[in-house]
Amino acid sequence: MISAILDYEFLQNAFLTGIIIGALAPMIGVFVVVRRMSMIADALSHVALAGIAFSLLLEKSFVSLAGLNPLYLGMGFSVGGSLFIEKLRSVYKNYQELAIPIILSGGIGLTAIFISIADGFNADLFGYLFGSVSAVSRTDLWLIVGVALSVVIIFFFLYKELFLLSFDEEHAKASGLPVKAIHFVFIVMVALVIAASMRIVGVLLVSSLMTIPVAASLRFAKGFKQMITYSVVFGEVSVIGGLVLSYYLDLAPGGTIVLIAVLILIASILFDKYKTRFA
Amino acid sequence: MINLNNNSNEPIVQAKNLSFKYAKDLVLENITLDVPKGAFLAIVGPNGSGKSTLLKLFLGLNKLQKGSITLFGESIQSFKDWQKVGFVSQKANSFNTGFPATVFEVVESGLTKKIGLFKFVTKEHKQKVKKALEAVDMLNFQHRSIGELSGGQQQRVFIARSLVSEPVLMILDEPTVGVDSKNVHQFYEMLEMMNKQLGITLILVTHDVSTVSDKVTHVACLNKNLHFHGDAHEYNQLTEEELSEVYGHDIKLLSHNHE
Repeated sequence: MISAILDYEFLQNAFLTGIIIGALAPMIGVFVVVRRMSMIADALSHVALAGIAFSLLLEKSFVSLAGLNPLYLGMGFSVGGSLFIEKLRSVYKNYQELAIPIILSGGIGLTAIFISIADGFNADLFGYLFGSVSAVSRTDLWLIVGVALSVVIIFFFLYKELFLLSFDEEHAKASGLPVKAIHFVFIVMVALVIAASMRIVGVLLVSSLMTIPVAASLRFAKGFKQMITYSVVFGEVSVIGGLVLSYYLDLAPGGTIVLIAVLILIASILFDKYKTRFA
Repeated sequence: MINLNNNSNEPIVQAKNLSFKYAKDLVLENITLDVPKGAFLAIVGPNGSGKSTLLKLFLGLNKLQKGSITLFGESIQSFKDWQKVGFVSQKANSFNTGFPATVFEVVESGLTKKIGLFKFVTKEHKQKVKKALEAVDMLNFQHRSIGELSGGQQQRVFIARSLVSEPVLMILDEPTVGVDSKNVHQFYEMLEMMNKQLGITLILVTHDVSTVSDKVTHVACLNKNLHFHGDAHEYNQLTEEELSEVYGHDIKLLSHNHE
């Protein structure tokens, strides 16, 4: 396999993207989970799908747009969706989870409409749904590297603010932190990571990479930094293991990655039980 | 805490003619209250008497509707120096006990505002965290997960989180809710130590009137209106009739050593 990676550019793209996403998604995912926003990731990925369908439609309708990378509009829609979710959450203060089905079905509805206008697409869209190894281009890779670098830099600079906001929002407000602005930056980061992860794991499975490794670490992490470390390790094991397995067994990479993450989760629950019973 | 400034006698918190409504419900009416430097003020009153609302006004979490508040001589509307003000809330309301954070990480988060945006935690900051944990006698628990601790221990950690930013004024909203009665006494002794030895001005909203009345310097009785505001000694002289006027029908819930 190593020689194949050295020989084929598309495999290099897939592996490098995978390694980036395997760390990035769980890293942001830790904050998503502790802030009880897991479902938001799911809703946003469906909005991103609408962006991709729209981009494919543009490509089909206007020859001049043939080279447009669908990830741009995917990211744009995802960020737009995240802002809309925030708006809905503030309008329905006592029913904050309402924002999720609204955005999720809105995203799917838009996607369906774009598909019908375009009179159907080729296999491209399927690749975005479930993830694809062969579809990752060099431009995709650079785009994802760019997103990853910006998200990681913001993550490090805002880490202590994000931690306080997640742990105790009231205290964050009382200490005079610009809570709204920080939350806004965070939700945009989530939207960008979702769009960046779509290529490899697919729209339908993106949120799993943000949540399952985190759920596994929750079983035994004592502290927050420890939890981030475990989550990233589990994310990487899932992505790299999933890509290798899917290459040899000719399986869908997204599905394989998610199933490995689920196996790690089950193992960590069993380990936690065993430890408390015999400790 | 020697203050050579000749303003040192100016009250730390000054509230004038405060009124506050939630929708149409008037919760606070015409409250005027001074908190002198170095005071340990207990605000007592029945449920729904507006105690927490008053605290939230002091903290800038509720918007001022009528009247004025001055913090450290400055109007609350222009007040920016929030790191001088520590806040400890009812623990049960504000955090998820399954949150994966160590005691150290929780206390460190108290420095967030002080360190400032886009800056990192340094060794000196970590040293401060350790000192704050030492002050509340929780240093041995620094690597433990916050969710594993008892209610009383958790509340000590939250006090340390406030202490770490070296506040001049600390505001506590019923901090002993969820702390078992055995540890409540110890908890108040710790507050007394902070007040007397560290010179921190304390404002405490509480139900345990009898437990605190010998530790605090001032008492304010609130029930929409301010019924009594004076030093703790005067408060202890109040007769049962006067008290029931303050508390209304809730007097039985709030024993006052008179039974």
